[in-house]
Amino acid sequence: MATELRQLLADTCARLFADRVTKELTESAEHGTWPAALWQTVEESGLTLPQVPEERGGAGGSWLDAHVVLTASGRFAVPLPLGETMLAGFLLSQAGIDVPLGPLTVAPVARDERLRLARDGAAWRLTGRAARVPWGRDAGHVVVAVAAGDGPTLVGLVAGGAARVTPDRNLALEPRDALDWDGAPLVAVAPAPALDADRIRALGAMVRAAQMAGGLESLLTQTARYVSERRQFGRPLASFQAIQHNLAVLAGHTAAAAMAAASAFRAAERGDPGFEAAVAKIRAGEAAGIGAGIAHQCHGAIGFTYEHHLHFVTRRLWSWRAEFGGEGEWSERLGRQVCARGADRLWADVTAR
Amino acid sequence: MATFNFELGTLPPEAESLREEVRAFLAETLGGAAAHRRARSWGGYDRAFSRKVGARGWIGLTWPQRYGGHERTALERYVLLEEMLAAGAPVSAHWVADRQSGPLLLRFGTEAQRERFLPRIARGELSFAIGMSEPDSGSDLASIRTRAERVEGGYRVSGTKVWTSNAHLADYAIALFRTRVVPDKKHEGLSQFLVDLKGPGITIRPIVDLSGAHHFNEVVFDSAFVPEDLRVGEEGAGWAQVSAELAFERSGPERYLSSIHLLIELIRELGAEPGERAAAVVGRLVAHLATLRQMSLSVAGMLQAGKNPNLEAAVVKDVGTGFEQEIPEVVHGLLGLEPRIDTGTELDKTLGYLIQHAPSFSLRGGTREVLRGIIARGLGLR
Repeated sequence: MATELRQLLADTCARLFADRVTKELTESAEHGTWPAALWQTVEESGLTLPQVPEERGGAGGSWLDAHVVLTASGRFAVPLPLGETMLAGFLLSQAGIDVPLGPLTVAPVARDERLRLARDGAAWRLTGRAARVPWGRDAGHVVVAVAAGDGPTLVGLVAGGAARVTPDRNLALEPRDALDWDGAPLVAVAPAPALDADRIRALGAMVRAAQMAGGLESLLTQTARYVSERRQFGRPLASFQAIQHNLAVLAGHTAAAAMAAASAFRAAERGDPGFEAAVAKIRAGEAAGIGAGIAHQCHGAIGFTYEHHLHFVTRRLWSWRAEFGGEGEWSERLGRQVCARGADRLWADVTAR
Repeated sequence: MATFNFELGTLPPEAESLREEVRAFLAETLGGAAAHRRARSWGGYDRAFSRKVGARGWIGLTWPQRYGGHERTALERYVLLEEMLAAGAPVSAHWVADRQSGPLLLRFGTEAQRERFLPRIARGELSFAIGMSEPDSGSDLASIRTRAERVEGGYRVSGTKVWTSNAHLADYAIALFRTRVVPDKKHEGLSQFLVDLKGPGITIRPIVDLSGAHHFNEVVFDSAFVPEDLRVGEEGAGWAQVSAELAFERSGPERYLSSIHLLIELIRELGAEPGERAAAVVGRLVAHLATLRQMSLSVAGMLQAGKNPNLEAAVVKDVGTGFEQEIPEVVHGLLGLEPRIDTGTELDKTLGYLIQHAPSFSLRGGTREVLRGIIARGLGLR
């Protein structure tokens, strides 16, 4: 039953995004216009906080529902901070804080950045700098995670306007801004004993893996269609074996990325996505690099133009691959864990997931 | 565009409890077998081992009880297979019969054939080989020329099969012969037969592989008689049957686990605190391993649900065999080891075995090129 409901959710997302995320909308977002109407529709459709409990302001679903929405958002290159909002909503709910409406983001996202919280009477104030914060300028609120000595991670909610914003962006022209706080007041703060910086990074990696898996699905569909329509030497490109085999390789990477991402969200729902999130970011990242290369090769010169829409996906893949840690970082981390467990635990560990 | 659908597979509790039984059995039976022996995996042929597996009720696990089977689920069988492979158990003497000959007889065989062969297969007593390829027919299987001509009471067979693994050790082969020549329609007129490999008119000669090992054979039929009641299925229905059989052959965990013992030995060699580069190599390989297992398990789930995941199985095999071949490359690239045969560490010898056998991984059971053609057809490109 859950599977059927999730299929309905996938259909809802696909219809909504296909209808609303037009090329014009994506281009306008890339030129700096916040797509407010699209956000409102998506939020009213209950797609922005699928896995956040209802009593905290979410839809009361699971990480598997989040997976469906994020995969679709990657497939349609939706220019909204959906993954960031879900992640921020999760952090707040873990800390027992109600989740506000509107777009959310999380900080810090760079590996070794630390923010500081200081008490000011009954209130708390936030100080520090966070670089490359996704959608930093557009977020209604920013959710910060601050290590508090030996104690549990503190999760804080700060209004979007409380930071000085230095605009920056990724290859897909999605905002990736530097935010500076200088004693900014927090709306709320609470400890989240189950969270630490590694866990948050793993969740971020998992979010990007699902988006990449969706992006790869789009590349596969677009490329299969293009090579079936485009004719050279008097026949469709699809009739050439070299092209067919390239598409088969793309299909393999697409399937692997999708499987790895789905597995990570299932693990998150079970409570511990550490292993699977690393696997997903590594596998989807590798697939993204190879897949984007194949899609462009098969599209020829037209796919290299701004006019053609292929790049709306490929530029995202190239950036998402690096965000929340690239394959190198995650491979090293996973490899260290595997080696520390020892050779004779490998198979038992893999089959226990 | 037609596309594939990999849903997350889940294993029922009975499959996980079977896993524990299988692990305990393998730990006891295989003991401290060396890694370079385990790396032979489903190439290891040991009739005594197969009889032990049969005695545990682990051959023909999903078959009906009236044929000696155990009526358990495809997912339990999946767990059994992945544990056998991960332990490097010498399963070859029953692998082919359990995977494809038995299921083929269940689907297309006569009642008499099922009663005669299946219980003995399930006990681990009968070993099967596959007679498909010929000297001029590899990937183009439908072009085979070995003729089975009707005579009184059966057929006279003349021709040659090649790459017939373990024909010199097995009892029977299921072979594809041409019973009728239909000009310009090579897929027609093919039929499958059960062939007694010890029978008259059959000569089996070794084909030694590049490592000097003998598992392949050339099987020459010189007017060999095959009785009518050993034909499997209708005369002329061979192509459809063989396609179904190849689908059994493509979907299992043996298509991504062939090099796992090298990965295990690599981790052992690196120790608990590897350097940055070595850790990243291990992490990446484990990410591929874990993902392939989920993909392979997903296919098993589709089979259990009665679906026909031919496209998905082809994808798993294409990606999986690439992974199997990459491991020896990556290990060599990381450590610069010399692959060895007789001396050196377990890692050196496992590398020596796998580097020499890796080329076959993307040939057996349908070449990479054939599989990619199947995938392209599944995507609607041909």
